[in-house]
Amino acid sequence: MTTKNEPGKTYLMQGNEAIVRGALEGGVHFASSYPGSPSSQVLGMLGHIAEDQGFRAEWSTNETTALQSCMGASFANGRAICIVKQNGLLFHGDTIHCGALGGVKGGLVIVSSDDPDSHSSTNEFDSRHMAVSANIPMLEPASVQETKDMIPYAFELSEELEQMVLVRVTTRICHGRGSVTLGEIPEKRPFTPIGLWDRMVGINWLHGFLLEKLERAREAFEVSPFNHYTGKEDADKLIITGGTGMKYVQEALEEYGADGEVGVLSLGCLWPLPEKLILKHLSKASKVLVVEEVDPFLEEHISAIAGKARLNVEIQGRADLIPPIGELNPEVVFKAVREYLGVEPKCCGEGCPAMEGVNIPARELTFCAGCPHRASFFILKQALRQEGHKGVVMGDIGCYTMAGQRAGQYGYHFMSCMGSGISAAEGLGQLTNYGFDQPVVSLCGDSTFFHSVVPGLINAKMNEANILHIVLDNSATAMTGFQPHPGTGQTAMGFDTEKISITALCESLGCRVWRADPFDVENTKNLICELIGMKGLKVLILEQPCATLAAKTREKKKVWVDTDICRGSNCGCDGYCSRVWGCPGNIWDFEKNCAAIDEVVCVGCGACASICPSGAIKVEGGDA
Amino acid sequence: MMTNVVICGIGGQGNILASGLMGSALVEMGYKVAVGETYGASQRGGSVMSHLRVSDDVERGVLIPHGKADVVVAFEPVEALRILRVYGNPETKVIYDTRPAYPLGVLIGEDEYPSLEDIDAEIKARSSISYPLPATEMAVEAGNAKVANILMMGALAALDEMPLGPDDFFKVLEQNFHGKALELNKDVFMVGYRHIKEGGVK
Repeated sequence: MTTKNEPGKTYLMQGNEAIVRGALEGGVHFASSYPGSPSSQVLGMLGHIAEDQGFRAEWSTNETTALQSCMGASFANGRAICIVKQNGLLFHGDTIHCGALGGVKGGLVIVSSDDPDSHSSTNEFDSRHMAVSANIPMLEPASVQETKDMIPYAFELSEELEQMVLVRVTTRICHGRGSVTLGEIPEKRPFTPIGLWDRMVGINWLHGFLLEKLERAREAFEVSPFNHYTGKEDADKLIITGGTGMKYVQEALEEYGADGEVGVLSLGCLWPLPEKLILKHLSKASKVLVVEEVDPFLEEHISAIAGKARLNVEIQGRADLIPPIGELNPEVVFKAVREYLGVEPKCCGEGCPAMEGVNIPARELTFCAGCPHRASFFILKQALRQEGHKGVVMGDIGCYTMAGQRAGQYGYHFMSCMGSGISAAEGLGQLTNYGFDQPVVSLCGDSTFFHSVVPGLINAKMNEANILHIVLDNSATAMTGFQPHPGTGQTAMGFDTEKISITALCESLGCRVWRADPFDVENTKNLICELIGMKGLKVLILEQPCATLAAKTREKKKVWVDTDICRGSNCGCDGYCSRVWGCPGNIWDFEKNCAAIDEVVCVGCGACASICPSGAIKVEGGDA
Repeated sequence: MMTNVVICGIGGQGNILASGLMGSALVEMGYKVAVGETYGASQRGGSVMSHLRVSDDVERGVLIPHGKADVVVAFEPVEALRILRVYGNPETKVIYDTRPAYPLGVLIGEDEYPSLEDIDAEIKARSSISYPLPATEMAVEAGNAKVANILMMGALAALDEMPLGPDDFFKVLEQNFHGKALELNKDVFMVGYRHIKEGGVK
């Protein structure tokens, strides 16, 4: 991402980069985030440029601490930006409501990235409802250029209203690239001292002011440059779009030659809605199609506007022409526009006769080659099997969420939001005092441990939980791209900081703690068997760095199959290494009918050597 | 003019980087470019694709409609077929790396990976022209398997549908790489470029 001050110059930018550039052009003083896809990369990029550009960027322990830090920076009239994904915004709940009541001083912008179709999430929650609930203004860009432009606008608006502003983006913006013409990077504004009687206090007597601010936002939105109308004036057919909907709709209208007869109102200001602007077009239309990401948010609020104005207008969208779940894409929008217009399909794809073809194997997600989680779940499953399959495993959020699939031997029974595994386990484990007789195991990763497991662990300790809690410590927030967390000793701006030890923290609470290496398959399995049989709260930390991270620093050992030893399909193991272990590095040589290592994929961890019953897998320099 | 290119493969092959570099080179030349990246939790073995849409007048949405790809560039044979079936049409051109990456189901023995002959035959039947290319092997030979993505961009640039030449791409490479890495990337780009210009192995 360019930090050059060259207004008017055009670059290809990813949406996430555009957020960074927008923050820079908005004169940001403070940025904070907890990583969550699709906006994980934003703070990393801000961290890289922060020192040079004279602002502070930090990875926060979780989304709530991130927003609260931003509120602190805003108190001194600093401009602050908080970047989260939809779950992070929901985690903000209390903070955002209380914060909105108290208002802000310096501009405070929250960017929340939604993930329609849950490409890298467990859900497709819609952030927009939060703005309504907390009574704060909300914007949503329709392009990468608008994403960049909206951030400085949001800072200005936030200061004008003394209120935080939510900018909602979606995966196709964050992970899309488009041309962005740069604006100017301003000088950093000095801070304002906090006076004796300055206050930022969220208290109910401000409720009326909160609503007043919202009405002022509405007035600003009536004339905002982020709402566009194109097509025929006074159109009888009107399509209203939010976010990514606009470009799909434009392409669909051109496809069906209807771009002249239909009006398109693209709304960038989503809450409070610019009612006068909407009514101006709505009152001329008899048939409206609303195209938006995930929930029928605009559709329902616009229906309410039409109802209050007693308009006789048909409003369609997620309720009928567009499926109620999933993201927008050309297929969904083309079909909806076609049905809305009442025209026949034209494009290839849908409706074309299918050609016979070969069977294509599905490509399901799996742990990376050399991933320690593969070993951990392999061991856990074996340990539980020895216990007669009685153990209940409570999972959590991280790469290891994939363990619910084949990649992790269908390794857990429960999974919900971040930090929930240990507390759900605590509740379940308490029932062992009342006749429930299954051992309870909970899991979390190291980043999740710091994010929201610590209060659950304290709760488990205080209430004398009967569980085994396993921390899958791979020294990384691996799922989102290796962002620093309190245990890594690094910060977003590249400075070192003292590592917080998970072991020491657990021990300080009085927990009994064990540590083991998941690549030491036999010993770790025996330890887990022993711990499962033990009463009370046990914490086991399985330590082995993320393979992708380790591959960057560790010298790669050569791993190979000794074909004189591997007995191939004549061995009773039935291809144990590739069939059960399931690492992408362990392949089967169908010509020689024996196991093989894919040298391009293998990262040289050597863990598979210990699971081959014949000892045919060899690691350079002996054991791994 | 409007060219739609799908660049596909699996996580970790450098697909996103390659499409970003190609897009940047085209923006430098003044084209309107939109790129859509579908990856999700892709570092972990899933299918990945980028949609690259190049136009001289209008910036499109980031996703190519089904059946509208002019070119499919695939870093893996089965992925070429998977994408071609959905985004291709009889006029689509295909460039694909012939090196298979086996999905988990195949490794476990529950699924079967089709033969390369069958894959090739179906790709031929579904496209106007196809270029099977041992890109990973060629990249290993040149010095590093990881630069296969840039080799494939060289191959893509050699098609008439792409309005750029090696020098246009090198400008962007020079902004992103230095020293040995830059030289290696330039070299393999030319390996791919020449391979197609000289007719490839069709």
